[in-house]
Amino acid sequence: MPAIALHPLTIRICHWLNAIAVFLMVTSGWRIYNASPIFNFTFPKAMTIGGWLGGGILWHFAAMWLFGINALIYIGVNLYSGRLRHKFFPIRPQQLWADINDALHLKLQHTDLSHYNAVQKCAYLSVMVAIAIAIGSGLVIWNSSQFPLLRELMGGFDNARIVHFFAMVFMVGFVLIHLVMVALVPVTLKSMGFSRPRLFKSVSLKSKSLEV
Amino acid sequence: MAKSRPNISIDTPYLIKQIQPKLDNESRRLFGKRILSLGALSMLSGCTLTDEHSVEKMLISVSHWNDKVQAFLFDPNKLAPTYPESMITTPFPFNAYYGQDEIRDIDGDQYVLQLGGHIQHKKPWRLAELALLPQTTQVTRHICVEGWSAIGKWGGVRFSDFLQRIGADTSAKYVGFKCADNYYTSIDMPTALHRQTLLTLTFADRTLPREYGYPMKLRMPTKLGFKNPKHITEIYVTNDYPGGYWEDQGYHWFGGA
Ligand code: HEM
Repeated sequence: MPAIALHPLTIRICHWLNAIAVFLMVTSGWRIYNASPIFNFTFPKAMTIGGWLGGGILWHFAAMWLFGINALIYIGVNLYSGRLRHKFFPIRPQQLWADINDALHLKLQHTDLSHYNAVQKCAYLSVMVAIAIAIGSGLVIWNSSQFPLLRELMGGFDNARIVHFFAMVFMVGFVLIHLVMVALVPVTLKSMGFSRPRLFKSVSLKSKSLEV
Repeated sequence: MAKSRPNISIDTPYLIKQIQPKLDNESRRLFGKRILSLGALSMLSGCTLTDEHSVEKMLISVSHWNDKVQAFLFDPNKLAPTYPESMITTPFPFNAYYGQDEIRDIDGDQYVLQLGGHIQHKKPWRLAELALLPQTTQVTRHICVEGWSAIGKWGGVRFSDFLQRIGADTSAKYVGFKCADNYYTSIDMPTALHRQTLLTLTFADRTLPREYGYPMKLRMPTKLGFKNPKHITEIYVTNDYPGGYWEDQGYHWFGGA
């Protein structure tokens, strides 16, 4: 069995850099949130980084570059190579419905690792949108006087905070489900990994057009 | 100093603003020690960062880079949004690095504003003299670094007019401020010359109350709250980076809002 890359190297690098960036953004974001909570709760301090508001801000505004630039590279590579279209589209409503049904009955299949099922496609695309919204609302919170259009789009400064918060909630929710899914189909972890020569011997791949 | 940590989650947002300075006084002392305790990460990995100092240096140099980015983004002609008076926040929150019981009492008749640095006419100003200059008002949003915001109405002298009048070298890099409450901060010249930057003498059409910076504060809707010094006693123009009370502890110096 030849070595096969299910995901281009750039995508795999981007994916793991993004995982690091999201971790730093979320935990430092929680520290910043705690300084002036929007809702009636704060995040446990042990789950935050930075130690105090200023430290949380330093982390948040440093990791934002990794997060933002990496997201741009990821989406750029995906668009330019046509991978976005091949890999995440089309999403057929019927297929999606059937997959959701299967998922709810805990028998959703992901045996052909070269293709995402409809639920995966939706989940991945929606988290990409959530990341874009997080970045857009984040820019408004960071420097609202210089982004008037984006500010109006987000419904003003205060509202941008709420949008930013729920973009975070969506990402964290996605990651939790994402991790459960990876745990259920652990071989996918290898497909996102870097030691490919030794992989996939035992995995039967239905598709031949693997590297897209 | 807060002796027992207040439970933020059950307080109303307004009360949160009241206790915030105490909370941050407390957390401030942890700066440098705890900034790098990665909390969840070190728990996950079972190790702590050994080279905390270099991580902190890295974060601070990124922060200086961010200052440059915000300075680059700053468009002198872009105005911060203004609001109808019906949207003014009441009560307007008090916020400082100390509690409300420590607000300085300043005698307006004794008050003098000192001028220093690259300024031609360094004659000190009295409050009554400032009040004679052309005045303007604005209803703008005050955005705090903590995340909350509040709309208020401020009135006073356009800072660019004042700088011109005193013969300030507007090609210099910074304008620094020293305050009666030992607070200090500094801003970039483009923001100093921005149309909405006001030497503020009134709040809600009344004499600036002591909790909001009597007798005079600098109001900039394009910058975060901590960049807006209250109880100003000295203004100086300089090319040497003057830093600031919070900035020296890690807050981002440009502090754009
Ligand atoms: C340590 C945490 C993470 C692990 C272990 C993990 C694992 C994986 C694995 C194994 C795949 C491949 C799935 C397959 O081939 O069927 C994948 C794909 C993906 N993950 Fe993660 N992931 C993590 C964090 C994240 C985070 C934080 C995000 C975004 C917020 C994310 C977004 C995605 C997306 C969008 C894809 C599809 C990538 C593509 O094909 O272009 N992941 N992840």
